[in-house]
Amino acid sequence: LLLVVLLAVVLPLSLDIFRLNLVGKYLTYAFVAVGLVMVWGYGGVLSLGQGVFFGIGGYAMAMFLKLEASDPITTKIQSTPGIPDFMDWNQITELPALWLPFKSLPLSLALVVLAPMALAWLVSFAMFKRRVGGVYFAIITQAVALICTVLIIGQQGYTGGVNGMTDLKTMLGWDTRTDSAKYILYYVCVGLLVCSIVLCRWIQTSKLGTLLLAMRDKEDRVRFSGYDVSNFKVFTFCLAAGLSGIGGAMFALQVGFMSPSFVGIVPSIEMVIFCAVGGRMSLVGAVYGALLGECGQDAVLGELSGPVAVPDGRALHRGDDGFPDGAGGRLGRKDPPLVEGPPRGAAPSRGEAAARHADGACGTDTAAPTASPEPHLPEGVGSQRA
Amino acid sequence: MNLSDMMNIGLMQGFAGLSLFAVLLLMGLGLAIIFGQMGVINMAHGEFMTIGAYSIYLAARVTETMAPAFMPYYFPIAIGLAFVFAFIAGWLVEWVLIRHLYKRPLDTLLATWGVSLGLQQIFRTFIGPKEVSPTLPEWLMGSWTPHEGLDIPINGLFVLALTALVTGGVLVALHKSRWGLRVRATVANRTMANATGIDTMKTDRLTFAIGCGIAGMAGAAFTTIGSTGPTSGSLYIVDAFLVVTFGGAASLLGTVVSAFGIAQTQSISEFFMTGSMAKVLTLSLIVLILMMRPQGLFAVKVRR
Repeated sequence: LLLVVLLAVVLPLSLDIFRLNLVGKYLTYAFVAVGLVMVWGYGGVLSLGQGVFFGIGGYAMAMFLKLEASDPITTKIQSTPGIPDFMDWNQITELPALWLPFKSLPLSLALVVLAPMALAWLVSFAMFKRRVGGVYFAIITQAVALICTVLIIGQQGYTGGVNGMTDLKTMLGWDTRTDSAKYILYYVCVGLLVCSIVLCRWIQTSKLGTLLLAMRDKEDRVRFSGYDVSNFKVFTFCLAAGLSGIGGAMFALQVGFMSPSFVGIVPSIEMVIFCAVGGRMSLVGAVYGALLGECGQDAVLGELSGPVAVPDGRALHRGDDGFPDGAGGRLGRKDPPLVEGPPRGAAPSRGEAAARHADGACGTDTAAPTASPEPHLPEGVGSQRA
Repeated sequence: MNLSDMMNIGLMQGFAGLSLFAVLLLMGLGLAIIFGQMGVINMAHGEFMTIGAYSIYLAARVTETMAPAFMPYYFPIAIGLAFVFAFIAGWLVEWVLIRHLYKRPLDTLLATWGVSLGLQQIFRTFIGPKEVSPTLPEWLMGSWTPHEGLDIPINGLFVLALTALVTGGVLVALHKSRWGLRVRATVANRTMANATGIDTMKTDRLTFAIGCGIAGMAGAAFTTIGSTGPTSGSLYIVDAFLVVTFGGAASLLGTVVSAFGIAQTQSISEFFMTGSMAKVLTLSLIVLILMMRPQGLFAVKVRR
């Protein structure tokens, strides 16, 4: 765990501000991945709708920032000053009631966490009480993600449609686009991330964590022992949702916009993949997974704009094929030779935590885990005992 | 707008729903076989559909350049081709990937998602990112007008007929053929089926491939309605999954009913409100119903 902090110190010193901002962006995904470790790795429930919570958090933050960015003075060329520009384009003449809470900062910040949690509670309470599990839960959360995307895109006047919310510049008069602000935001992000990891770690080591593991492996037995299984699951799911919300808010702050493309099914599954790559039992691994996944994507994207997702898609299913509990090494190997430089694959092997829980079913990997082709991983490789 | 106009619009809207129903049902059938019978979540199903659609397109291109006189007749053969291509692709995917993952259904989801991304990219590189649509034979064009003001497109009718044929075929095959017997035995009790001498590995592979082949035919049906792009499969995948879960996994009848219900709700409510709201309404309804009845409409009791 210490190494994460080290990374947080080393990276700012070694990277320029643009890259650091990018890393900060990746770290926001790490929030989601950490949440997924709790839900999926420990709770044994796969959610494909984490992007929704990320999105709600992000939108909550973005709405606040947008309202601030569109005060009556700067927007006086519009037909109704004082409302966000996209509302003006959509002939909305007054601020919708939905937006009113976002005029105050504390309320917005609270909503960043509480709104995703509320939705998560609603969904998970209904599902877990009825003992919907596994595959069905995954599919339903996926449907929820789809609903949210369609809703956000459809209600252009209220949410900005496909474009999302753009031009988020200031927070309480503080310009978030300057370099120093970016540094501060990055550190806030890292700090929050470390806090959430510590929180999750604490939960994992407490009795609750043990219970979660027990539930994942033999749910009925826990139920017969007198525990209310569904409440624990609901709690974990809400926790993950809240974390995703924080991630989303940090995303909106750092990147300066929020759009429905971060809400839908594709990002949700991407996040699950980050989590899987990093090892679904390891909180720290989730962070690395998110960083690597995104870095890899961006690096490949930068190198060749054409056949991008081919290696990517291959990579993740190879990784998944070989290593039941994550730790995707050896990814780029089977791909067409178009990946030369980019650090596709090469996630650190997360042996310990994974192996500890490898149940018999997982012994199917055919290919022996060969070493990753390009071993230029950051110093995190040995940090497995977080 | 008088009453008969309303009737006509209602009918046509209903028919549009029927076309959607046909595609959803074909997609859902393949998925229901794979997911319901084998418990594998095939996220790449949409891409198998796209394979089918592209093979129709390629067949159309080939006949156009090689044998223009043959144009009116190529379509049925192309449908066969679509099935074969998707079947082969499904066979390969099962062999390379899925068979290692049977015990971990949630991981099949991620793995096939990877396959689907890869396939999409392959389509994009080799066929191009633009949406294509094949030249349809003459007899599929136009519409059928039983009386004034009521137009029913012929391609929709054709798709319906194809769907009925395939659905019937699958039902018969599942309940009458040796393959169906093996599949049902494997679903009911894998170990037992294995013990009685059924090669469950082979059955799984065949089942997966047939499911993919049906997806290919769904793609064939799809080309007569809309144009095909690299990502058109993924547009339908969630809907198809909902169809299958909503209908109750492992129940083909449920799949038929739920595909019908979903498609009709969608297209009729589209008439009253905007498309996106209609979609939201339909999906929310499904999610609500699924929350209340997680096992779907028609649950099959399987002893576990």
